[in-house]
Amino acid sequence: MLDAKIPAGPVDQKWTKYKGSVKLVNPANKRKLEVIVVGTGLAGASAAASLGELGYKVKAFCFQDSPRRAHSIAAQGGINAAKNYQNDGDSVYRLFYDTIKGGDYRAREANVHRLAEVSTSIIDQCVAQGVPFAREYGGLLSNRSFGGTQVQRTFYAAGQTGQQLLIGAYQALERQISLGNVTMHSRHEMLDVVMIDGKARGIICRNLVNGELERHFGHAVLLCTGGYGNVFYLSTNAMGSNATAIWKAHKKGAYFGNPCFTQIHPTCIPVSGDHQSKLTLMSESLRNDGRIWVPKQKRETRKSIDIPEEERDYYLERRYPAFGNLVPRDVASRAAKERCDAGYGVGTSKQAVYLDFADAIKRYGKIEAGKRGLENADEATIIKLGKEDVKEKYGNLFDMYEKITGENPYEVPMRIYPAVHYTMGGLWVDYDLMTTVPGLYTLGEANFSDHGANRLGASALMQGLADGYFVIPYTIGNYLADEIRTAEIPTDHPAFIQTENAVSDRLNILMGIKGKQTVESFHKRLGKIMWDKCGMARNAEGLKQAISEIQQLKKEFWSDVRIPGEINEMNPELDKAGRVADFIELGELMCIDALQREESCGGHFREESQTEEGEALRHDDKFMYVSNWEYQGDHQWELHKEALNYEVVKPSQRSYK
Amino acid sequence: MTHKNINLKLKVWKQKNSKSAGNFETFVVKDISTEMSFLEMFDVLNERLIGEGKEPIAFDHDCREGICGTCSMYINGRPHGPWHATTTCQLHMRAFNDGDTIVVEPWRANAFQVIKDLMVDRSAFDRIIQAGGFISVNTGNAVDANSMPVEKDKADASFAAAACIGCGACVAACKNSSAMLFVSAKVTHLALLPQGSPERRTRALNMVAQMDKEGFGSCTNTGACEAVCPKEISIENIARLNKEYLMAGLTLEK
Ligand SMILES: Cc1cc2nc3c(=O)[nH]c(=O)nc-3n(C[C@H](O)[C@H](O)[C@H](O)COP(=O)(O)OP(=O)(O)OC[C@H]3O[C@@H](n4cnc5c(N)ncnc54)[C@H](O)[C@@H]3O)c2cc1C
Ligand code: SF4
Ligand code: FES
Repeated sequence: MLDAKIPAGPVDQKWTKYKGSVKLVNPANKRKLEVIVVGTGLAGASAAASLGELGYKVKAFCFQDSPRRAHSIAAQGGINAAKNYQNDGDSVYRLFYDTIKGGDYRAREANVHRLAEVSTSIIDQCVAQGVPFAREYGGLLSNRSFGGTQVQRTFYAAGQTGQQLLIGAYQALERQISLGNVTMHSRHEMLDVVMIDGKARGIICRNLVNGELERHFGHAVLLCTGGYGNVFYLSTNAMGSNATAIWKAHKKGAYFGNPCFTQIHPTCIPVSGDHQSKLTLMSESLRNDGRIWVPKQKRETRKSIDIPEEERDYYLERRYPAFGNLVPRDVASRAAKERCDAGYGVGTSKQAVYLDFADAIKRYGKIEAGKRGLENADEATIIKLGKEDVKEKYGNLFDMYEKITGENPYEVPMRIYPAVHYTMGGLWVDYDLMTTVPGLYTLGEANFSDHGANRLGASALMQGLADGYFVIPYTIGNYLADEIRTAEIPTDHPAFIQTENAVSDRLNILMGIKGKQTVESFHKRLGKIMWDKCGMARNAEGLKQAISEIQQLKKEFWSDVRIPGEINEMNPELDKAGRVADFIELGELMCIDALQREESCGGHFREESQTEEGEALRHDDKFMYVSNWEYQGDHQWELHKEALNYEVVKPSQRSYK
Repeated sequence: MTHKNINLKLKVWKQKNSKSAGNFETFVVKDISTEMSFLEMFDVLNERLIGEGKEPIAFDHDCREGICGTCSMYINGRPHGPWHATTTCQLHMRAFNDGDTIVVEPWRANAFQVIKDLMVDRSAFDRIIQAGGFISVNTGNAVDANSMPVEKDKADASFAAAACIGCGACVAACKNSSAMLFVSAKVTHLALLPQGSPERRTRALNMVAQMDKEGFGSCTNTGACEAVCPKEISIENIARLNKEYLMAGLTLEK
């Protein structure tokens, strides 16, 4: 059995007690301790900056040309915190409860409670750094409701919350760099963990500019490398987002938790053709005002605006009258798939539904006309005023939609379809955020996280910053306090040489294949297998097929991939090849995990496990655990369960009817 | 949604690395859907080149949503191409006509060395931020977020400046390769907030000093930067930076 090292005591006192009793490292010793931070998104930048401030010697790495460009930058909607500034009944407990319930009772209570507790400090910290959150006329911070919660606890900066939070963390990081506490290595990709006497002691990485391999020592190694949604090829993730760092760590002994838990976001711009390389998210906030519908008639050919009201099926409002268009992401995504599969989809591909703002435009127009005292405003005036209002709220999203599709969403409904967005799974970590490898930590989206089987909107940014600013600075002391006698290990230690040689051999093998098919073509094929068989709905037969198809794909990849260029120079195709090779192996594990979990929970929908009305059906008696996979060799894993005990929240079936 | 396929001629800058000389190479691309983004057109071309046993064209990109600031192509004499307030990754092929010739180059500036083909080294921007583009507050030192109200119009103006994505188009567009728009956006973002106020004088001086050290040119107010900025950062920020800088010089010198 895995021990998560959860402190004793009532859930709301665990973290306070932990902080009061955790081991400390004195300032003089901190200067002698080196910490490697791989990844400088919200989780990594906040961790590197905070550890640098504490006096540790930090080395940070990212593959982009600057830490400011991590994928976190793309988050649009907002960040949650239990501030209760709106006086609408929010509290730490309520945020904790919502997160546990939203995660469909597959997250760890102690961690989630800690997350809710520190959420308030995150907002304080960010404001102090100069993050320009939206404000009200009185000068105080503004909040909105997000992702179907009943309180307004989401802080935001227009549609650029991730950018502003990351710039805040990035600036704190750059400050530590200028003070000499952090050394930054941009355009570097970590390719393996170095293990000495059973502990993580460093990394091997490739300098992406000149192709050289480098060895770096650290008393501890933190992986903050983001999610692995790009297993599916098409996703809302940035093009470079990848699983390589956590996958290498997995192969060195770190267990992988709940790999199949993937979040499919309901509101993305649909695929337009084979050339497509990524999908674009349309913020969830649009569901606050847009109404989702499909035609009542199968294979409808009329234009959206020519279909009369009574021939439209507002299927979310019909199926879920209580929550309507604001049902959680997993529910909204599956409902869209159900309609499209049944033949009601719209657009050229028929794999899309409408998100319509016509009613919202009219409603806002009337309110605005009222405010301006225009009593008998005609329809045209109302629509004009309404459009102005909607523009104020969502202008940047509407512009982006128009740039991509060439359609004007003020005039015709948007077409949307679900897309892969976030991975709840990741490396298993204990309460300290340490993996099963001593000295190796994982933060942010890369860990199996606090979101259980489904993440609530605006909670990933919160978790990344909680891990980096407020959790790791304490928990790392627990480990490093016992390492103060470990002197810096020179990188000519045999373990460094051996690991570097293994990395170099693999790169040489890849370059030596000289086959016929491009890396991209393999990635696309993997993505299609995963999307079709391990996507929004999964069943045993499909998953078994997927596993054998992926094994076949792996063979083909290692015998027929073509990588141009040289090994000892900048070579983006070689970098991509390494990532895709790892995605292929991870894809297999995801299918194995999905096959094993014979229940539906959160984003994981097993067709065999549903109610008569087609809703997800959990099996708490059999599956109330985290599935953790230990790598045992090619195509072989052993399952270790971490039982989940609910002491505070009583699990119930989610219902949004 | 009327999409069609077009054929184009591309003249693209190819350069092996920072030490070698570069030159233009011509590529013909056929059947490009006008639904594609500009970078997807490059993806298609690169797939073809690899298939033909040739080297693909290296270019920087990541989010492809116009927010990370990574993409950076100088298209037909304009950073990020013809569309107003649009990054290279958000530019779509609808902007072009069948038979067009498109010239694509990297950002050109002394401070931005070419790394390969269309990729340049923009680490000078990070060093400018290191010189002062931050508020000195350690984790855990913060007071309650609502204890210091900020006037909404100031907060909004600060936000507008903070929207800069650090892409460097402003530098690429400027005949002097000045980084004033970038620096002024950061100075404005922080100076307008009460939290950023205590350090505003040293910040302006230090960031400008670093900018000069990196080899960016001086600003002669041509406005080329503002015209190409994908985030519509206003040139008024430069006026504010000049004011901050002057005030800082006066108060620190006495
Ligand atoms: C379009 C979009 C919108 C979103 N909107 C929201 C939202 O509104 N609210 C919310 O809460 N969440 C949102 N999310 C989710 C959230 O943005 C992410 O979960 C979160 O930002 C992840 O942060 P991170 O620090 O864990 O990883 P990332 O930001 O992905 O950073 C990963 C870092 O690791 C580095 N890295 C990776 N591999 C290596 C390697 N091998 N070697 C060296 N470096 C490496 C990268 O360079 C990067 O610096 C959104 C996600 C997407 C895709
Ligand atoms: S000011 Fe505009 S053009 Fe210059 S770096 Fe910022 S976003 Fe890019
Ligand atoms: S790729 Fe991120 S802004 Fe263009």
